[in-house]
Amino acid sequence: MKTLAWKQVHMGGKEMSMQSRKQVNVGWVKSLHSRKGLQLGLGFFFGIIFGFLLQKGGVTRYNVIIGQLLLSDFTVMKVILSAIITGMIGVRFLNSLGFASLHPKPGSLGMNLVGGLLFGVGFGILGYCPGTIAGAVGNGFLDALFGGLTGILLGDVVFAELYPRIEGDLLKKVDYGDVTLPELVDISPWLAVFLAVLFLGGVLWGLEKLGL
Amino acid sequence: MGFLSLEQWSPYAVGIGIGILSWFTFLLSDKPIGASTAYARTAGMLEKLFRRQKVGEMAYFKKFPPVVDWEWMFVSGIVLGSFLSAWLSGTFRFEWVPSTWASNFGPSPITRVLAALVGGFFIGFGSRWAGGCTSGHGISGTLQLTLSSWISVICFFAGGVATAFLLFIFGT
Repeated sequence: MKTLAWKQVHMGGKEMSMQSRKQVNVGWVKSLHSRKGLQLGLGFFFGIIFGFLLQKGGVTRYNVIIGQLLLSDFTVMKVILSAIITGMIGVRFLNSLGFASLHPKPGSLGMNLVGGLLFGVGFGILGYCPGTIAGAVGNGFLDALFGGLTGILLGDVVFAELYPRIEGDLLKKVDYGDVTLPELVDISPWLAVFLAVLFLGGVLWGLEKLGL
Repeated sequence: MGFLSLEQWSPYAVGIGIGILSWFTFLLSDKPIGASTAYARTAGMLEKLFRRQKVGEMAYFKKFPPVVDWEWMFVSGIVLGSFLSAWLSGTFRFEWVPSTWASNFGPSPITRVLAALVGGFFIGFGSRWAGGCTSGHGISGTLQLTLSSWISVICFFAGGVATAFLLFIFGT
């Protein structure tokens, strides 16, 4: 009942299923986004920081990633969950103020379940993912450079070849588009952020409590 | 500035750093952090060397043209950033076979590179199928609370854990 009352107050005047999405509405931010050459430079700069952080976290190493998948080393989970919590709060804040647009990815069960599990098979064999393998290459790891990278590019080529045959069929099975969790269950985005932070923070707390 | 040459930082410090970095990529570049699409574009660039016309006609490369974009520069930056960090802390080294692999599957570089090739194939193929990877879905998608990304990242790790256990139990 409490939830219902809350909804009536906050969802009044809006379509129940579709919450409106806020876009960037700050002039200097918009004009910054449209500067192509500068953006390429920014991409490179942000990548350097990301790579630096990944290496400092130890996640450019096969041993650490495979340790996570064998459930003996929880470094990867700690990095990812604290990144999600931090990112979630800040990005939602920027979005609320009109300083950033959100870019949720569209998907379907056919895409995310099947593709996700195929990716998982590769993850368990390779022990790097597309972001961390670039870091592994920078770290000097030659299995990443000569084996993993070549494999990824081959996998991409084969998928591009196969794409027209599955595009309208397998990839559309149980299509849910780019819906976000707060839109799906129709609650305020900030309540969803609050609950997610509570949940993910709880997982991290549990990991520490268990000494993992 | 001594912390820059530390061998490893707390995973929480690194995670918070990545989270803050994502604020800036959204604010200044209108981009979520991501990696796997850059490889698809690279694959297109390389394939173009062999069959230019075909690549121009392929639906997938129309959707993701084989050009250098923000994310491509971002992934290139990762290589340099990781190198800088490793070099500053004295942990840069050329290595063919990671120690955990060697102690379970033997020290042969050929076996490891072949396995990495097969694993890489599934990573490339699977990330294209799922529409993202551990960065695009796993960090950026989840932090926006996207349904497709939460389902994907659960499958990444479920598949990864199952495969790793099978490999380490039956492969050794």
